[in-house]
Amino acid sequence: MVIQINKLTKKYGDLTAVDNLDLHIRKKEVFALLGPNGAGKTTTIRMLTMLTIPTGGKALINAQDVTSNKVKKEIGVVPQHMNLDLELTAWENLELHGRLHNMPRDKLKARINELLTFVEINPRAFELASNFSGGMKRRLMIARALMHYPSILFLDEPTAGLDPQTRRKIWDLIRRLNAAGLTVLMTTHYIEEAQILCHRVGIMDKGRLIALGTPQELMEKVGEVVVEFFGGTDTGYKFFARRQQALEYVSHLKGDFLVREVNLEDVFVEITGRKVGD
Amino acid sequence: MGFYAVFWREMVTLKRTFFKFFASRLVSPLLYLIAFGWGLGRGIKMDGGNYLEYIVPGIIALSAMSTSFNAVGTSLNISRLYNKTLEEYLIAPVTAQAFVLGKVLSGVVRGLIASLIILGLAFIFRAHFNLNGWLFLVIILTCFLFSALGVIAAMTINSHEDMGNFNTFIILPMSFLCGTFFSPNQLPDAVALFIEILPLTHASLCLREIARNGDILPVSLGVLVAYTLVLYAGAVLVMQRVRD
Ligand SMILES: Nc1ncnc2c1ncn2[C@@H]1O[C@H](COP(=O)(O)OP(=O)(O)OP(=O)(O)O)[C@@H](O)[C@H]1O
Ligand SMILES: [Mg+2]
Repeated sequence: MVIQINKLTKKYGDLTAVDNLDLHIRKKEVFALLGPNGAGKTTTIRMLTMLTIPTGGKALINAQDVTSNKVKKEIGVVPQHMNLDLELTAWENLELHGRLHNMPRDKLKARINELLTFVEINPRAFELASNFSGGMKRRLMIARALMHYPSILFLDEPTAGLDPQTRRKIWDLIRRLNAAGLTVLMTTHYIEEAQILCHRVGIMDKGRLIALGTPQELMEKVGEVVVEFFGGTDTGYKFFARRQQALEYVSHLKGDFLVREVNLEDVFVEITGRKVGD
Repeated sequence: MGFYAVFWREMVTLKRTFFKFFASRLVSPLLYLIAFGWGLGRGIKMDGGNYLEYIVPGIIALSAMSTSFNAVGTSLNISRLYNKTLEEYLIAPVTAQAFVLGKVLSGVVRGLIASLIILGLAFIFRAHFNLNGWLFLVIILTCFLFSALGVIAAMTINSHEDMGNFNTFIILPMSFLCGTFFSPNQLPDAVALFIEILPLTHASLCLREIARNGDILPVSLGVLVAYTLVLYAGAVLVMQRVRD
């Protein structure tokens, strides 16, 4: 287990942002935390990366408490919001990170070149980051997080607000990093992203983990086939273990309906009881 | 070595915006010198010297103060509350001590440049004063302690607006009352006593004595050193507790 989270809790006054979270992440796994806005995904990542102090519980990374400075060398962090230094160029953003991690000067240059090539912003290395588009900024943030050769990467909504091409580029980056041995803990609201990219997912709601498993396992839990029916103002969902049962059910339905295979989004809607983004 | 990375970043941006910084640090001392030294103060004698020579050390002190305080305080406050670039330092294996040192040293560099600008102006205005190592020591201490105060303010004040208020209600009054343009003894006793406690007063007194006679005032120097140590320790402490 690379990441061991035991009864991790964060309270802000009366609000419990993360509530007794227990979760173990395996080595070389791509794991996604899903959950509606305010579920506590970011707070969880912030506690694991020591940006926020837990109110209770414990988290270990590579068997070391996350408060230890040794852990900082092991983790790379791409936060949900853009936090590049816009007064610096792309190159300088990476150089600053390398210097903060005490990287030797001779290795620094080669690593920066390598990463700028990896995220395809080499041609604009010496432009201020403030000139970059959202997609380039996100890629630069990923490059920055990788500077010091971390073995675990935290990505908080790495593709939010990006166009479909750029999202796919970022998926490819994540796949390649994982193939090279990185453990990835990410969050996302794009459920197909989790389905495509992740070995396992956890669904959080109101600070708690309410489902955990491979996308396949979770989908099997709710059923193989779903019927969507459009009555009045709402869309209804009904899940079935087999296609035959679904077809039987719709034969009695009036109005429009759709029979299709269950996807991870259905799981999400079914167990959180609301649409993502509500 | 963590402090050097923090300092390096500040020097990169300072280099990039040097002319803007230089020009902005030129304007207010130039106006003070023209309005108070050359215009209003012409013919006024203060302690037997001319008024221009009286206010040059005061202007150095106040400029060192406001430049270092704002260079560190404003940018750090924005970095903590709005840009969130502070997170980049918090996730790095850099101690609070190293971070504060890097930031404070960058404030010292900027404050020192602002002070040198005034020395240059004073030279052009033909003010006479002694330049020696004590002068630079006092300037550096002043920059250091107000940079550290900048860190404390940036880490504890939770809005950009209140940062502005801190400037308006604390930094600005100090810049006029702390022996910069006139002696605090001319103020009512109770006020004068309070002003005597403030670090900028001792910076002005010290710089004026050095400019005039080349001598250091040991008590004032001691007060500055004490403020420097206390504020620096305070800055490290608030930095250690910055995580919510
Ligand atoms: N600094 C803070 N002070 C007070 N409350 C906070 C703070 N940070 C987060 N919260 C609260 O904690 C809860 C969880 O927030 P968090 O940002 O972890 O959610 P999230 O799952 O990342 O949501 P999103 O999908 O919108 O990013 C929310 O109710 C939020 O308002
Ligand atoms: Mg979030």
